[in-house]
Formats: sequence, structure tokens, C-alpha cells
Amino acid sequence: MSTATNEGRGRRMGGAAGGTPSTAAHALLPSPEPVQLVDPEGHPHPDDRYPLPDGDRLLGAYGRLIAGRRINDQANALVRQGRLAVYPSSHGQEACQVAAAVVLGDEDWLFPTYRDTVAVITRGVDPLEVLTLLRGDWHAGYDPHEHRVATQATPLATQLLHAVGVAHAAKLRGESTVVLAMCGDGATSEGDFHEALNFAAVFHVPVVFFVQNNEFAISVPLKNQTVAPSLAHKAIGYGMPGERVDGNDLAALLAVLGAAVDRARDGGGPSLVEAHTYRMQAHTNADDATRYRSADDVERWVLKDPILRMRTYLKTLDLLTEESEQAFAADADATAAVIRKGLNTEVEVNPTELFEYVYTEKTSQLREQAALLREELARDADAAAAGTDGSMEGDQR
Amino acid sequence: MTQTTEAPAPGTTLPDAGAAPAPRATTFAKALNAALADAMEADAAVLMFGEDVGPLGGVFRITDGLTARFGEERCFDTPLAESGIMGMAVGMAMNGMKPVVEMQFDAFAYPAFEQVVSHVAKMPNRTKGKVRLPIVIRIPYAGGIGGVEHHCDSSEAYYAHTPGLTVLAPATVRDAYFMLREAIASPDPVVFLEPKKLYWSKEEVDLAELRRTYDDGEAPRRIGRAVVARPGTDATLISYGPSVPTALAAAAAAAEEGRSIEVIDLRSIVPFDDETVCASVRRTGRAVVVAEAPGFASVASEIVARVQERCFHSLAAPVLRVTGFDIPYPSPKLEHFYLPSVDRILDAVDSLQWED
Ligand SMILES: Cc1ncc(C[n+]2csc(CCOP(=O)(O)OP(=O)(O)O)c2C)c(N)n1
Ligand SMILES: [Mg+2]
Repeated sequence: MSTATNEGRGRRMGGAAGGTPSTAAHALLPSPEPVQLVDPEGHPHPDDRYPLPDGDRLLGAYGRLIAGRRINDQANALVRQGRLAVYPSSHGQEACQVAAAVVLGDEDWLFPTYRDTVAVITRGVDPLEVLTLLRGDWHAGYDPHEHRVATQATPLATQLLHAVGVAHAAKLRGESTVVLAMCGDGATSEGDFHEALNFAAVFHVPVVFFVQNNEFAISVPLKNQTVAPSLAHKAIGYGMPGERVDGNDLAALLAVLGAAVDRARDGGGPSLVEAHTYRMQAHTNADDATRYRSADDVERWVLKDPILRMRTYLKTLDLLTEESEQAFAADADATAAVIRKGLNTEVEVNPTELFEYVYTEKTSQLREQAALLREELARDADAAAAGTDGSMEGDQR
Repeated sequence: MTQTTEAPAPGTTLPDAGAAPAPRATTFAKALNAALADAMEADAAVLMFGEDVGPLGGVFRITDGLTARFGEERCFDTPLAESGIMGMAVGMAMNGMKPVVEMQFDAFAYPAFEQVVSHVAKMPNRTKGKVRLPIVIRIPYAGGIGGVEHHCDSSEAYYAHTPGLTVLAPATVRDAYFMLREAIASPDPVVFLEPKKLYWSKEEVDLAELRRTYDDGEAPRRIGRAVVARPGTDATLISYGPSVPTALAAAAAAAEEGRSIEVIDLRSIVPFDDETVCASVRRTGRAVVVAEAPGFASVASEIVARVQERCFHSLAAPVLRVTGFDIPYPSPKLEHFYLPSVDRILDAVDSLQWED
């Protein structure tokens, strides 16, 4: 690669302009330790690069944190009651969930995974529409354009390239949109993760890659995914800055993700933020985490809970009053009640919809198949009316 | 997301009556687990790797206990990357190993597609047989388990359409054991499709007996050999993998209505057993193919074409298909509208021009 190219890249990156390749590279490196602004005991932990967000902002986000925990609890309960097919909980990761949503403006886009239900709801998507996927009525229950939230991605890391595409189009269209794309630690091993970072850097598009490192990919611990010094270090290989942040520190997340979003919006290009957090519960309700980790490991992270430290911090500063705590709790209860009520109501599924959206216009084959199913259903209905067992599933006629 | 699944408890662990091993209720999952263990025991070149197959034992527990028994070098977790898993398997097979890899779910095998199609399938042919790739790609596949999107694809046609791949789909506990052993022993790459909904189905078998039978070379070959799962005289249902139990249930229901239906369990999609299938159809004169995958350009289509070409003069009616609709696999609450049902099969049988 010629020097000219390196200088060109350096200028585009900002910050490292004009430096030798090694100082340019140095500028892309993450902090040696994850950025922390409030420690687990709730004490401030000043950092000259990242000022503490102001009290109002923190208080507002704290309210969302309380709601986020409540959403996780409620969804877990609904799985136990058989109302949801499955729920990948973000219990313990709520600070990441809230921060990812609240650092974005209305013109921005969020690209979440299956684990990021709380982030999606925090961004304003109707909780019942979000939970459609996990309830099993349809694959995606909300319109991605309405709140600029992509569908929750299950095939790992694939959504990161879509995020790059949305950002690239926004750039071509002259929009000021920033895209925040989420993935887990395990997903960083997929090829698509690497292709997305490289594309974003080469096209210099406004994407913030937000990796929630919760130390596990189902049963596989991080040490089996990578021997890099950190996941944030991977950014440098693609020519973008990486940063590490305490993923249970809401204040630090708001500051670090906020800076990455600002930087992207100001034309600074993509960056990667790795939040160090922990998956407190099993991968999903169907997983048995005792097979691969000890209760002690989990216990250690209880003390680092994101809610605990923020509550202490806000109380010490007299920012969190008895009334606001009650208001937040009432708010969280109200959200949980909406979810509970909605999911306890049987929704009518419409089987003829199966053929409606495969193509913009139904093929003649699909029209035929839809007619066949309608006929079957009508026959079943007649049989049911006549009191015989004509149900499609019935293995006897 | 992946729905990891514990085998449902009821009846799974029967109280051990005595010391002597005897036929006991054994799940499809357990038979696969035993086949892997026995193959690893028999041949040190056999390795098992993939996602969560180590200490966890796989999300369906098919590799349960293998790491503990054979060590981390023989059964291990890789970084989370299917293309990586498949590509590394190619290299390992080039250097004396017999890798068995697990793709966690059907739809999560797609990142490995490039490796499968361009290398796994083609390498032996490109090198005029100088490089053989004895790889087994295990894929928990198909639906009927209430799984959310990307967990229920019937992907057999992609593989069956790719020359160079052997494609198997067992439907019984015994076949699960013998076919996996045979797949591992095969010098050619095998795509081994494990119907998820059958993982917890049970048969009375003695796993030690199966092992002896296989090791003594007494197990009849299954690759390329279909089997008559239920004899009959009036019509033939041709099926494989997850649809076999549905076809058998349809045959049982038809018997109550006075119709004798033969059911063929293909077991091996590629190589395809024209002989067994056609012999049956020539005898019965009528046939319906039952498969869960969307019907358009499917394995079911291929079967119909082959039967039509070979048995035309014996046929009393066109060969029909009962398949999934040509739509993406539905969400849990809608899947029963999609899956081939006993009623749909019986309807198809009814329309085989019995009056003529
Ligand atoms: C391409 C692909 N391969 C495998 C899976 C199955 N799977 C679902 S979640 C998961 C673990 C992901 O771990 P991580 O990225 O760390 O996210 P986390 O679940 O911890 O939030 C796996 C292997 C998948 N969804 N997609
Ligand atoms: Mg993880």
C-alpha cells in the first residue's frame, strides 16, 4: 500500500491525520481498561476523555433501566407460562440495551439481535409487536421503518452488513443518519462481522458497531472465540477506532456510545465499541447453563449489577428521590402489565396470510396453494359444525 | 436465537431393572450419540467439532459426554463460524482425519455453503480421486418442533442438487445408529440430516447389540438403500426423514378404510435407490411422494420424475406429491397448516383414479 493511500485514509479518519502509520495505528487503539465512570459501588470514577453525562440524562436513562429489568422479568415469566415460545433474556445487560437506544436520534437506525428486545422496546417499538416473533404468530411483528429499527436478527452477524448498507445509502442520499448495529461476542467470529467492519471502513460510513461481550456464546466462553487482547482491538485491523466500556455502567455507556455516534454523524466514520458485561441467565429458557459455568461465576457479577450502582450514584447526588423511584417503578409495572395482558390474550392467526407476502404479487402456484388451504379449512369448519372431527391436525378422519 | 433443548424427561430414563443390558426404550438422539462414541472408539482419526458440541454436548445433546470421554482434542468447540468449521474440516480430511462437524441448525449451515458446494463436494472430482474427503456434516433439520424462524428449514434439496455429496435422512432409531456409523466410514462427504422432531422418538433397542452388529459387519448397507417401512398392495407412499412417521400414520388410517398402502422410507436421498422405489410402484401401480420441504424444484419433484420415467406403464394414475407449500417455513403458531398431514396424504391417495 502506498504512503499516499495511508495518508489519505488517515485524513479521512480524522484525529490521526498526518501521523506516521504507527502513531495513526496507535490512535485507533482502545483504552487499556474498559471505560468506567461510575464504579460498582456507585462512586464516580472520572475519566478526562469522557465527561459524566448530566443528571437529567442519567435519571431519564435510569428510569428506562428499571423498565428494562421489568421487561426481562415479565418475559421470563411468560415463557414459564407457555405464552412465549422462547426468550433470550438480557438480564444484567440492561445498561447496554438502554444506552444503545437512547444515544440515537429519530433519524438514526438501530440494528438489534434476538437478545436486544429491551433495546427495541426502549427505542419506542410497541412491546407486543416486538414479542410477536417469540410468541410465534409471525417472524417480525413490527414495521422496521416506523421507528427505524431493523428486524431482530437471528443468523449471527448478518445484520451488520445490512447496517453498513443503510448507512451507505444514507450517505449517498445526503442524510445525517447514524446506524448503531449490535452483536454479541460470539458473533465476532463470523465472517460477516469482519466483512461488515471492512466495508464500513472502506466506504467510510456512519456506523457504530456495538458488541455486547457477555462472555458466552451459548456454552462457549470468550477464550474459545478469540485470543485478541480484546474484541475492541479488532477494529484497528480495519482502520477504525475501537473502544472498551464497562457494560454495566450506564453512565460510561452513554458517554462512550454517545461520542461514537457524534463522531459518525460528524463524518468521522465507523467505530467499534465493546461493552464488557455478563449474561446473568441461561442463553434462553431452554438452555441449562449449569452444564458449563458455576453459580460462583455468576454470583461475582451480581455485585456489578447495572441498576445497583446507578441507583447508589444517583441517590448520593440527591438526583433520585423517593417520588421518582416510585414513578419509575409504576412506569415499569405499566409496561409489564401491557405485555402480560397482551400475551395472555389469544390472538387469531390467519393461515391464508402465509401466501400473502412471499412475493409482491402472488405467483399462480401460490394462488393455487392458498386456494387448496382455504378449501381444507372450509371443510374442517363444516366438519366441526357437523360435530365430527375434521381437524387438519387430527390423525384420523 | 437458538433454542437449546433438553430431552423431555418423562420416560426417558427408565429405572434400570437389572445388570444385563437388554432392549430398552432408546431415543433417536441417544442412538446418534452412541454411534458417534462407537465410531470415535473404533477409529482415532474420527473427530467431532462445531458450536457448543464440547462440554455442553450440543444444543440437542447429540455429542453429550464425548469431550469427557475422548478429550478436548477429539470433540471440541470451535469459534462461532460455520464457514470456518467446514473449511477446517476440508483441511483436516486432507491430512488424515475423519471430521464429523455439527451445524447447529439447518439454516445456520448457510454460511458454510461456499465451502460445501465449492470444495467439500468438488475436491475429489477435481483431483481425480487423489483427495478424498471423508467428512460428515451433521445437520439437525426440518420443523414440527415449534421453532422460531431459521430453526426449521428443510434444506435437503440444496445438498441433493450438489453432485459429490451423499445425502442421508434417517427416520428410525436403528437407522440413526447404523447410518451415522456408515456415514462416518464413508470415503465420500456425507450430509447427514437429523430430523429434529424425531430426536425424542423411541424404540426398544440394545445399543451394545447394535454396536456388535455394526462392528461385525452384519448390518446391511443403508447408504443408497431404501426400505419398505410398511408393506401394502394398493398404493405406495414414498417418504424420508421427518415425513416417514406421517406417511406411516396415513397408511394406518387408510387400512381402517380398507386400503392397503405400502410405505417406502428412502433413508438415502443421494444415492437414490431407484430399484426399491420402482419395484414397489410397479407392484402397486400408484404412488404419492410425501416430504416436508417446499415442493417446487424439490427432492420430491425428482422422485416423481424418476418414477414417472421408469414406471410409466405400471401407473394407474399420475404420481402425486404432498409437500410443504412454496413459502418460507411458518412461525410456530402457523406451522401445522404447512406440514404434510395425514389428511392431506389420504386426500392425495383418494385422488389416484381408483374408478378407472
Ligand atoms: C449463523 C449462526 N450460527 C449459529 C447460530 C446459533 N446461535 C444462536 S445464538 C448463538 C450464540 C451467540 O453468542 P453471542 O454472539 O455471544 O450472543 P449472545 O447470545 O451471547 O447474546 C448461537 C451459536 C445462529 N443463530 N446463527
Ligand atoms: Mg455472548
